[in-house]
Amino acid sequence: MAITVTINEETREIDAPGDMPLLWALRQELGMVGTKFGCGIGMCGACTVHLDGQAVRSCSLPLSAIGDKKVSTIEHLAQSEVGQALQQAWLDDDVMQCGYCQAGQLMSATALLNTNATPSDDEIDAAMQGNICRCACYKRIKTAIAQVSRKEDTANV
Amino acid sequence: MSEATTLSRRTLLKVSALAGGGFALSATMPMVARAVGAEASAPAELTAFVTIAPDNTVTIIGKNPEIGQGIKTSLPMIVAEELDADWDLVKIEMAETNMAKYGPQLAGGSFSTPMNWMPMRQTGATARAMLIAAAAQKWGVSAASLGTEPGKVVEKASGRSATYGELASLAATIPVPDPESLTLKDQADFRIIGRAIGGIDSPKIVRGEPIFGVDTQLPGMVYAAYERSPVFGATLKNADVEAAKAQPGVIDAFIVRGNGNAEELVDGVAVIASNWWLANRARSALKPEWDNGEWASHSTTGYAAKAKELMDGGKAAQVFGERGDMAGALASAAKVVTADYSYPFLAHAAMEPMNCTALMREDGVMEMWAPSQTPQGGLTSVAEYLGLPPEKVIVHITRMGGGFGRRLNNDYMVQVAAIAKEMPGTPVQLIWSREDDVRTDFYRPAGWHRLTASIDADGKMTGLKDHFVTFDLGESPFNPALMSPDTFPAKLMDNLLLEQDMLRTAIPMGALRAPNSNALAFVTQSFLDEVAHETGKDLPTLLMEIIEDAETEPTTMGFTGPTPGFNPNRVRAVTSKVMDMADWGKPVADGHALGFGYYWSHQGYFAEVVEVSLSDSNKVQVHNVWCAGDVGNQIINPFGALNQVEGSIIDGIGQALQLAVEVEGGAVKQSNFHNYPLPRMPMTPQIHVEWVKSDNSPTGLGEPALPPVIPALTNALFALTGKRVRSLPIDTSLFS
Repeated sequence: MAITVTINEETREIDAPGDMPLLWALRQELGMVGTKFGCGIGMCGACTVHLDGQAVRSCSLPLSAIGDKKVSTIEHLAQSEVGQALQQAWLDDDVMQCGYCQAGQLMSATALLNTNATPSDDEIDAAMQGNICRCACYKRIKTAIAQVSRKEDTANV
Repeated sequence: MSEATTLSRRTLLKVSALAGGGFALSATMPMVARAVGAEASAPAELTAFVTIAPDNTVTIIGKNPEIGQGIKTSLPMIVAEELDADWDLVKIEMAETNMAKYGPQLAGGSFSTPMNWMPMRQTGATARAMLIAAAAQKWGVSAASLGTEPGKVVEKASGRSATYGELASLAATIPVPDPESLTLKDQADFRIIGRAIGGIDSPKIVRGEPIFGVDTQLPGMVYAAYERSPVFGATLKNADVEAAKAQPGVIDAFIVRGNGNAEELVDGVAVIASNWWLANRARSALKPEWDNGEWASHSTTGYAAKAKELMDGGKAAQVFGERGDMAGALASAAKVVTADYSYPFLAHAAMEPMNCTALMREDGVMEMWAPSQTPQGGLTSVAEYLGLPPEKVIVHITRMGGGFGRRLNNDYMVQVAAIAKEMPGTPVQLIWSREDDVRTDFYRPAGWHRLTASIDADGKMTGLKDHFVTFDLGESPFNPALMSPDTFPAKLMDNLLLEQDMLRTAIPMGALRAPNSNALAFVTQSFLDEVAHETGKDLPTLLMEIIEDAETEPTTMGFTGPTPGFNPNRVRAVTSKVMDMADWGKPVADGHALGFGYYWSHQGYFAEVVEVSLSDSNKVQVHNVWCAGDVGNQIINPFGALNQVEGSIIDGIGQALQLAVEVEGGAVKQSNFHNYPLPRMPMTPQIHVEWVKSDNSPTGLGEPALPPVIPALTNALFALTGKRVRSLPIDTSLFS
């Protein structure tokens, strides 16, 4: 029985069991492989997507639990101003090494700045600590978020 | 520059071994493999690595696998520099696996930079010389009257010019110049090398485009999960494959027999489904029965107890390093320092779980998409396993979500080949769960050391003894558990006794980032800090005393490759630099302390200082890390270089504070990130890095910054608390 989900502003029919996590539907039913598999238990954040704007771990979100909520993924990130600014900051600062976790990092960072445009150092730590970077590019991730946040700050003055 | 890393007309490139074991490579590096009969309208291949299209686009082949170390960007930068290319017009393509065309393709041992520095410069210079020769021919002038500006050949006198694109097809017909005849750029004229250039794949990564091995998508592809025994060395008795086949979405399930080599294929059951999550879920229906054999009684606590028994027993089974009269030095010592050190097994835990995609084609060719650090080795293993000639196996090299040494072993490649051969015509993607990944690794070996130092009445360290307990890998050609008899400071000791006992184990062992050094730096630099403390000096002072006479000994200090051996001046330079950076010896904040660590590994010299404090609950807090590193006379890409050092430092801190793999009942207890807790953002200290430039060719940065941070941290904790950390990971109850 097909499940209807709104993903990146499109209505998608997914022919999969309702207990299948969103991650595996995205990657292997819909061919959207930007969202990454890291741990399968919500411990690493590589699979982070937005559900009604909130950062959630798609490896632990069954399709049946999504309902009317809107899913947004890394493939759609450039559509948001903050997302695009973060993508650019990631490139300007050469944030990544292997890059595998970065889709999840960007999704978490975007959700943070969407709710708190000028987070403190500790607030960045708190919002990002669910996202593991095995290459440990944390210093640069933090710097990139802070840079975008400062731009926000200036824009609001 | 040493002879062995340059190209002669028939290039020979040899790299024998790295300190304490590693790789043995010996291969020819083909400079040029030109396309013949290039047409003016088609891109012209000038060398195996350089193709220039009529629209001036320069395509440079990224030779070595990219695991996040930045090599896919940095090696082409070297080619582009000597080619005098316009970097904005450069495209980089990943090479296919092809030893004959590209030479050794390897991401390991921090080898890529030193092995390829000169060959990549020469391949760029070769293409540039051919473009100049083409212009000379076209204009009827001498090549000597011509020069280049980015992307074009220019006649110096008249100023007339032709773009590389205009000249490429003619250049492809020019005889390949003798590499000895090439003029390489002066370092001062570099304009691409030394520039901070972002990773070539980064724009795709931030957009979530398919780029990693696990992102491979092929028409009709199915997904495989592989059930194997958690107990190492087990064999499969039986499994309920019919029950698995009855699960939703499952296409097939079948038993796969191992080939007797744990580095390639062990017994298991493949479950195939239309979606990996369905395949993986169906594993629970298999209810396999294993014959665990003798290994089910093995445990890490058992190994530790046995190690203590062996060390307490006195004389070890083997002596692997001896000089002078250690017994005499101990008998006449004014002071003797003895301590036991140990470190655990560690997993790699690369973010992208092991995976590989394979298609057994109708034409009998096995085609693979492999995230492998050693794709040439993987190709050979798969060909041998399948009984195919190597030319019937094609391996596409994908970008990898981390390597750290895990992907030097290609077991997942053989595993998927074994599955795909049963399903000709159907592409199969094998994915491991994180639990598979943590519990089926090639682990950094645990080890135990009883160290003894003799000190004379003048406070001089006169000898060193190490009773080492490690693991025997039987017939395995590469034993990452062995310690080199040249491990610092052994070669500089007047009196020395290195002896070892070996335990038997079925736990697979392998290279983890800075193999050997990641453990031995902790042991030796911590113990030297103890000796320094006992003789009333600090570790940098003791280190300078130990290397004082090093010049008199023409030693390679364990490195037997083609590059310069240990150079005490480089140790002095990084040590003195980091002491300046950290204000070593000056007062620090209340409740804080500094510690120092130095190590030489993978041809890089690194000295680091760590500043720590303890929270009210005795949690270790790292505030600052100062790092001075010497990897030669040129940082190729400052972006990637700094990223490697910062990452290595946090990696090392994570290992020291919270990582261990424990084995119980012959199987690994840890399974995922809740009990194998990698570092997270709040642990990130301030990191201050400076380069010390020395007159040596550039060497690699994937590894050498990691080892010294661990003893720097534990030595700082001693300075803070007076408690000596002698076992990893750090047990904070020591401080309460």
